Amino acid sequence: MPKTEVVVRIAGAAGDGIASTGESFARVASRSGLHVFAYNSYQSVIRGGFVWLQVRAGDKKIYSQGDEPDFLIALNQDEASRHGPAMPSGSGIFYNSDKIKIDNSMVKERVKLYPLPIKDLSVKYGQNPVMQNTVALGALTKILMMNFDMVVSVIKDTFGDKNKAIVDANIGVAQAGYDYASSHWESINFSPKYDYDSRRPVLTGNQAISLGAAAAGCKFYSAYPMTPATSILHWMAAHSEKCGIVVKQMEDEISVLNMTIGAGFAGARAMCGTSGGGFALMTEAVGLAAITETPVVIVTSQRGGPSTGLPTKTEQGDLFQVLGASQGDYPKIVIAPSTVEDCFYATAEAFNLAERYQLPVILMSDLYLSEHMETVSNINFNVGIDRGLIATSNGNDGHFKRYAFTENGVSPRSLPGMEGLTHVAASDDHDETGALISDALTNEETRVRIMDKRMRKMQYALKELPPPKLLGPPDADITLVGWGSTYSVLRETADVLAKNGVTANHLQIRYIWPFHDEAVEKILSNAKRILDVEGNYSGQLAKLIRMETGIKIERKLLKYDGEPFYPNQVVKKAMEVAKA
Amino acid sequence: MRDVSMYKVETKATWCPGCGDFAVLRGIQMALAALEINPNDVLVVSGIGCSSNLPGFLKSYGFHGIHGRAIPVATGAKLVNPDLNVIVAGGDGDGYGIGLNHWVHAMRRNFDITYIVMNNQIYGLTTGQASPTTEKGQRSKSTPAGVIELPINPISMALVTGSTFVARAFSGDADHLAKMVELGIKHKGFSLVDVLSPCVTYNKHNTYQWFRERIYRLEDNGHNTKNLDDAIKKSYEWDAKIPIGVFYETDRTTYEDEEPGLKRGPVVSQPLGISQELGKELLEEFE
Ligand SMILES: Cc1ncc(C[n+]2csc(CCOP(=O)(O)OP(=O)(O)O)c2C)c(N)n1
Ligand code: SF4
Repeated sequence: MPKTEVVVRIAGAAGDGIASTGESFARVASRSGLHVFAYNSYQSVIRGGFVWLQVRAGDKKIYSQGDEPDFLIALNQDEASRHGPAMPSGSGIFYNSDKIKIDNSMVKERVKLYPLPIKDLSVKYGQNPVMQNTVALGALTKILMMNFDMVVSVIKDTFGDKNKAIVDANIGVAQAGYDYASSHWESINFSPKYDYDSRRPVLTGNQAISLGAAAAGCKFYSAYPMTPATSILHWMAAHSEKCGIVVKQMEDEISVLNMTIGAGFAGARAMCGTSGGGFALMTEAVGLAAITETPVVIVTSQRGGPSTGLPTKTEQGDLFQVLGASQGDYPKIVIAPSTVEDCFYATAEAFNLAERYQLPVILMSDLYLSEHMETVSNINFNVGIDRGLIATSNGNDGHFKRYAFTENGVSPRSLPGMEGLTHVAASDDHDETGALISDALTNEETRVRIMDKRMRKMQYALKELPPPKLLGPPDADITLVGWGSTYSVLRETADVLAKNGVTANHLQIRYIWPFHDEAVEKILSNAKRILDVEGNYSGQLAKLIRMETGIKIERKLLKYDGEPFYPNQVVKKAMEVAKA
Repeated sequence: MRDVSMYKVETKATWCPGCGDFAVLRGIQMALAALEINPNDVLVVSGIGCSSNLPGFLKSYGFHGIHGRAIPVATGAKLVNPDLNVIVAGGDGDGYGIGLNHWVHAMRRNFDITYIVMNNQIYGLTTGQASPTTEKGQRSKSTPAGVIELPINPISMALVTGSTFVARAFSGDADHLAKMVELGIKHKGFSLVDVLSPCVTYNKHNTYQWFRERIYRLEDNGHNTKNLDDAIKKSYEWDAKIPIGVFYETDRTTYEDEEPGLKRGPVVSQPLGISQELGKELLEEFE
């Protein structure tokens, strides 16, 4: 049977141009009508270190970077020696034969070697070291029987019209690689359904978050650089003028969130982004947004903790940090988007919820979701905008009840500049007009009423937010439970299990807070066997589920080595659990 | 000139009788009246401290945030709506201690906001600990043997950090104080008005009397407010003679004027969302 899906791993050192080569291949595949999923495993060094990127492409929706690669592009000897011996039978290795020595004794049986004489092939075009990547890309596309026109179009778009010499040189070396492969090796039997008219955008989660924010009318974004949230700042800054978004890098994350609150208070849809360490600095202001009832959207993209932890590795270890952020009881909404496409829609939704309920909405991503690339098919910029209750001028100057006690806890807000609706938004607790009830003025009855008012928002939000649904057959042998970025790998796992005669269904928690306790309890109490899959040490979601439903999930697959889940790992564990 | 009562509210200020902050409140109201700015168009932002309670005692939009973080809130509001007159008011602990980082950066950015610090050289609300401006040797509840470190000199710091308007006022000279606030609000760019505002309850050293014996007005002394070197020299005067008035003022493009995201005007009045065409264009970058 011809292959319809391929996994390519590119391995080298930081600074070798791995990300751009991987991205180019992803785009060539996407422009050929394929679905793509790519993950870059890198480290916090600009040069050196071990880096590899894995791209998986095929004609059906792809849910992960896949397991064992079909092809390796090795960019240096270390990486050839490290990854080469693990390459499975039937796979192939491309490498620069001028510099890298591999022979058949180093690899498994039936691993095909594709030595590329880079110097000879690129001598005409000046010998830039990253030319080896482009030669390999050309050779790979030939072996995969892909249309070389797509390589040409990607190179042109990558380097732009301004650099004709660079464009020509890159096309030249890619062509040389393609021709060399064509005269030396057979193509493999890879024949997915190519479609050169449909090209899907290849987006990372952070890019989808940025686009979702722009679609929702975000007018202010602030951040302090921190991996893995930084690429949101980069997109926002690059598109500030075009999209009319004020973008400000601040001196620290404390100022970032406070500034975002100022922008939200003044009437702009405002967002900020960070990772766990920066979120820790923001925590005091999360409560400020809640007590002043100021809408803001906070993106926190998790990486390995604690402390500086694993700055460039993925983890889902901040659930309790986010749930426990800031002192006191206060209303907030926490959403964990599950896919790149969901990053777009969840962000747009976050703005509506923030304004409808006048509270902080926290989007929890992680490095894997924020930074992996995926083709997305369904992005619609018409996301629907709901600004919630805005007061109209009532001439009642000085007596505007900004925090009027209402049934659902939401009171019409006025924006600075509006006639006759002045008020003070205070971090001290206050009455309906905003007048302080703290310290010497404490009024127990008003305090209870205003607390109840704010907290009522959570009851109404819970009613509005759709409860989680069980995906797959209701009476399955095993129920997989996860949150956030594990959605895709769990989905793929369920498919693989089905092929192996095990039925699986899948519960992904998207609204972390308020928590749909009744719906989750109902689903889990009907499950035959439950496997909790999380990228952290302690099973934080499982703890939350136990806290909210009383259900204790015994079987867990927990990962905190910095790498994302690979489908094989989850399948293996799920088979064990299902057969137990 | 508007009627000062336009800026009054029924809520009575809760400061101790004699607290210097009353004069600051009055000074802001007088300045707004003189400049004929409507209460709707003013946003007063504060942090936490006795002084930071000020927004609740005057008619305008107000945001009474958390300790030390008034400036980021204020600049966030200003950046999305540059039409607002944004005033930040707070204490020396709030602004020169926990919030110093934000103050320094706001000055070099030259946001067009007015920062009024009620500098009483003590932590009032928390009942009398040393603040960043408490003088060396002063005893307080947290420094019973006397402060060991040197105080911050806010005037010198503002001058070297790029504040484009730097003035000092004294709560015992209310009309002059109002004038300084008025000039600060009128100034386009970051203005600092450091107000010597005695805490009658917890600072028994820097009293009205102590200041009266030392204070003189720069404008009575032929000080050139355009000369940075002169201003820096004057900023070192303390102890024997304490200058009040404008130390320095200069013109520099404001942050808002250069911000690319504001090219189409205040973002709060721009339509929300993006067109399908622009959306298509944005997506094409990723194909
Ligand atoms: C994060 C945080 N730390 C400490 C406090 C307690 N606190 C409240 S006001 C204050 C100092 C007030 O001094 P200052 O800003 O000079 O204002 P004053 O009361 O003298 O007007 C402190 C330490 C707080 N509210 N928040
Ligand atoms: S304690 Fe000091 S600063 Fe606070 S109100 Fe009283 S006099 Fe003013």
